Amino acid sequence: MVPLSWWLILSAGLFSIGLFGVLSRKNAVAILLGVELMLNSVNINLVSFWRYGDVARMAGQVFAIIVFAVAAAEVAVGLALVISVYRQRNTVIADNIDMMKW
Amino acid sequence: MDLSQIIFLVLAVVILSSGLLVVTTRDIVHAALWLIVTLFGVAALYAVLSAGFLAVVQVVIYIGAIAILFIFAVMLTRKEMRDRGPQLSATWWFSAIVALLTFAGLFLLIRSWTGFGVLAGDIPAGFDAVGQLGNALVSPNAFVLPFEVASVLLLAALIGAVYIAFSRK
Repeated sequence: MVPLSWWLILSAGLFSIGLFGVLSRKNAVAILLGVELMLNSVNINLVSFWRYGDVARMAGQVFAIIVFAVAAAEVAVGLALVISVYRQRNTVIADNIDMMKW
Repeated sequence: MDLSQIIFLVLAVVILSSGLLVVTTRDIVHAALWLIVTLFGVAALYAVLSAGFLAVVQVVIYIGAIAILFIFAVMLTRKEMRDRGPQLSATWWFSAIVALLTFAGLFLLIRSWTGFGVLAGDIPAGFDAVGQLGNALVSPNAFVLPFEVASVLLLAALIGAVYIAFSRK
């Protein structure tokens, strides 16, 4: 049997990898890829807590589904922003997207 | 070491190594394809956790919609930094330190918790997980309000994405 801690450590590792991607990537699309990894690691946590807790209480799975919806919304708006910026500035490098910097 | 542990370790290696490739590969199209491998691994983990509905939803929404959307976005914004120059910013070592510290902190936090070695209980015979999930999503004394808020959020995101990406020419 796999103890709960293995799931939590796996999800912590995936979260850290995603965090590294978000902080270090230059390409704005690649930053969103890192955010996806972080959201997936949170979902692993939620579902494993559902399984290792009281199975009849569905809060973990319901929360995971809400995270799915939020991830879909985030990707749709985020990629639309990237494409819109690319049309106007011809760049997807996050450092060069500084129109709102004062 | 029994079979479930071996399955878990194989899936963990697949997820973590493809996740590392997502954040380090030079070619961004390859990074998006490695993300698909990671998402498949996570879907398999849901199946191991006996959350079958979530495994299917993971494949349909994450791989079928989100990953494909990523590949479209990469292809629409491609000609700029295609494999040219460094893909990581100059201070990537600082990001690596922050990520490692986050992992170490989470690891110590999990170690110090008393539920560290808890094992999964048995699922009662005849337990209908999908039916329970459906009931929980629409039952007024469970999660109908977050469910409806999520649908409003999706509608707002849909309209916002169309508006932002719309070309006025």
